[in-house]
Amino acid sequence: MTEDPVGDAAPTEEALLSVRGLEKHYPVREGLLRRVSGQVKAVDGVSFEVREGETFGLVGESGCGKSTTATSLLRLEEPTDGEVYFDGEDITEYDSTAEKRFRRRAQMVFQDPTSAFDPRMTVGESVAEPLSIHGVRETHRRNEIVADLLERVGLDASDAHRYPHEFSGGQKQRIALARALVLNPDLLVADEPVSALDVSVQAEILSLLDSLQSELGLSMLLISHDLGVVRQVCDRVGVMYLGEIVEKGPTEELFASPQHPYTEALLSSIPSPDPDERGETVELTGDVPDPSNPPAGCSFHTRCPRVIPPDDLDVETDAFRTLLDFRFAVEAGDLEDGAAPDAETVRADYDLPASLGDEAAERALAGAVDDVVAGEGERAADRLAETFTTVCEREGPALTETAAGHLAACHLHETERAVPERYVSE
Amino acid sequence: MAPLLSVRDLQTYFHTDEGTVRAVDGVSFDVDAGETVCLVGESGSGKTVACESITKLVPMPPGEIEGGEIRFDGEDLAAKSSGELQGYRGGRIGHVFQNPLGALDPVYTIGDQVVEAIRLHQDVSKADARDQAADLLDRVGIGDVEDRIDDYPHQFSGGMKQRVVVAMALACDPDLLIADEPTTALDVTIQAQVLRLLAELQEERGMGLLFVTHDLGVVAEIADRVVVMYAGKVMETGDVHEVFDRPSHPYTRALLRCLPGRGRAFETIGGTLPDPTDPPAGCRFHPRCPHAVEGCRTDDQPAFHPVEDGAGRNSPGPLGDGETGDGTAAAGAATDGTAADATPAEGRQAAETAADGPRDHEVSCLLYGPDHSLPPDLLAEHAEVDDD
Repeated sequence: MTEDPVGDAAPTEEALLSVRGLEKHYPVREGLLRRVSGQVKAVDGVSFEVREGETFGLVGESGCGKSTTATSLLRLEEPTDGEVYFDGEDITEYDSTAEKRFRRRAQMVFQDPTSAFDPRMTVGESVAEPLSIHGVRETHRRNEIVADLLERVGLDASDAHRYPHEFSGGQKQRIALARALVLNPDLLVADEPVSALDVSVQAEILSLLDSLQSELGLSMLLISHDLGVVRQVCDRVGVMYLGEIVEKGPTEELFASPQHPYTEALLSSIPSPDPDERGETVELTGDVPDPSNPPAGCSFHTRCPRVIPPDDLDVETDAFRTLLDFRFAVEAGDLEDGAAPDAETVRADYDLPASLGDEAAERALAGAVDDVVAGEGERAADRLAETFTTVCEREGPALTETAAGHLAACHLHETERAVPERYVSE
Repeated sequence: MAPLLSVRDLQTYFHTDEGTVRAVDGVSFDVDAGETVCLVGESGSGKTVACESITKLVPMPPGEIEGGEIRFDGEDLAAKSSGELQGYRGGRIGHVFQNPLGALDPVYTIGDQVVEAIRLHQDVSKADARDQAADLLDRVGIGDVEDRIDDYPHQFSGGMKQRVVVAMALACDPDLLIADEPTTALDVTIQAQVLRLLAELQEERGMGLLFVTHDLGVVAEIADRVVVMYAGKVMETGDVHEVFDRPSHPYTRALLRCLPGRGRAFETIGGTLPDPTDPPAGCRFHPRCPHAVEGCRTDDQPAFHPVEDGAGRNSPGPLGDGETGDGTAAAGAATDGTAADATPAEGRQAAETAADGPRDHEVSCLLYGPDHSLPPDLLAEHAEVDDD
């Protein structure tokens, strides 16, 4: 997706984990013979690094590939392509001995603490299990370590003899943390560690994570859909959409001045706990596209409120967005079978203006609307596709440096284009 | 005018082997036509049980409505049998639940399911019901209805399924829509779409909307009035602007403070939810409350006291953004400043003339009552915030 595979200007020596062009594709099989008919590109060229002692956040909506990124960089699933450097070594080339050593230094915490434990093992046994796997044989030594860790995560050493069902969700997540830390790892990958918990318990776990991190000098990769959580604990953030990182930068910079229209929309969709700020959202139309058939070019162009109109048309961005929505609806065949009685209804249904200022655009639109009414959906689609095109669907943008200093993958930031005021003024 | 829905002193208990769980223990609130009321609280606060008690969706046994009154348009629903209530469910009272997947039958097309919802309560032909269903689905934003009406639930995305569920709930033009965490399972961008849709539909139809959520952001987005619940009791209630501008109960303040992303300071409540089979005496929140006084630990949950706006004796300030910085020094300095302003006795009169219904901004906290003034540390907290 980008020429500069790391995409960060920072030197790589301090990076504990460096992910370059990571890809994970799943085959889609169909029919009796289970032939491969397509690929779901869950992760499609993701690059980032986690430096010593820092927390890097991956944020995005469900299905954007953030969890797959985590499991493939830990080789819990074999990545399709890309390199993952851990402490300078490429882990995709590890043999089984080296991999075992790596497993000891990189640990993972999952979303649901309830399913993370064997209900028939005591908490102490669960927390000690990694120790026995990695060769700590003396029972009393294991018990000492377990007791110490349980106290560190805010529980009692005597809790080791109790069973998982005796604990609340927040306490179980503490135990899961204790188990992840028992081998004294360098990297902790936390996949939605608090999203199953109540806000007050969330706050406790996040503050525990924070203090453990500074105490133990951990590097952390935090994955979350919750921008509030990410803002609270991460030093740097990458925003993912459909398997790609669309924006990346230091947390406060990125939140204060989002440079990608998707990040902007995502930030403004979080309901703010202030009734005076009601309704100030950039609303996205439509759903996240199917990852087995992602849109060409910039994968966000089907929903982007700042999609770029072609240079030869004099059409505002908002109007162009409705024109594109109309074009995609026609292409998808939504208007066939007499769903459109006359031109006015069609225009009203799709919020199209009664007439466009630009002559060429109006000619194309009027022609297409007439075609639709006449039941010639395909001809309408061709007509629309010819006139209403955008650079966003032709070319995928690379991560480039923006005026705000951090990276975003959006054509709006390319040098030959005037960057919208919104992105410069703040 | 009488409210559309009026819940008074509702008690819903569950009789279990471990004892009686007092899930809802004396809860009162009103919903007017055309109004959005949010029940907000963490898990275990009783918010879901409270709204499921209205049409007796609570499994009985083990659940039982032990007391209280549920007046819907003048009739006491609590006194009706589950069978009698069948006519209300999905009819005059619509329901939307958290998980749209569980609310749709995977083996029927969505058209069939909406048609079924319509024909359960209206005497119309299948063809007419199908036309109505198509209109409803179109209204909730299912594009290209003619093609999609015969699709099965698995062919829809999560946000689209929730729109279908909303369409089913609206099938009989309910007067009251009860929505229990309808957007919790959805992504934020889709959540924004569904919230917008609910607000539009409500305005269009003048429905009362009772909205249950744990997300204070969502509350701020859609509520007219807020009911904050904790461990089966109402802690604070009032107009959404008043509650967010002057959060008064220590629990509400604590809850707002621990929202993530409001600054780098980590704020937590500390302690855990009380055992629902053996709740503490006095205020349910007192074991975790930093401001609790001796009186909070005995008797029942304190009565509701009005919260004043302006600079009265029991008028709390807005919350800060959590960036307390050098907290102790700032707090100490501020205490001196505001102690002088906090003249006692002001507002005592208002406390005595507290309204009966849970309409005004009221708080179930002793400190706001006539026999107490806000303690210096709570005032300091406000003052420190005012300094920001």
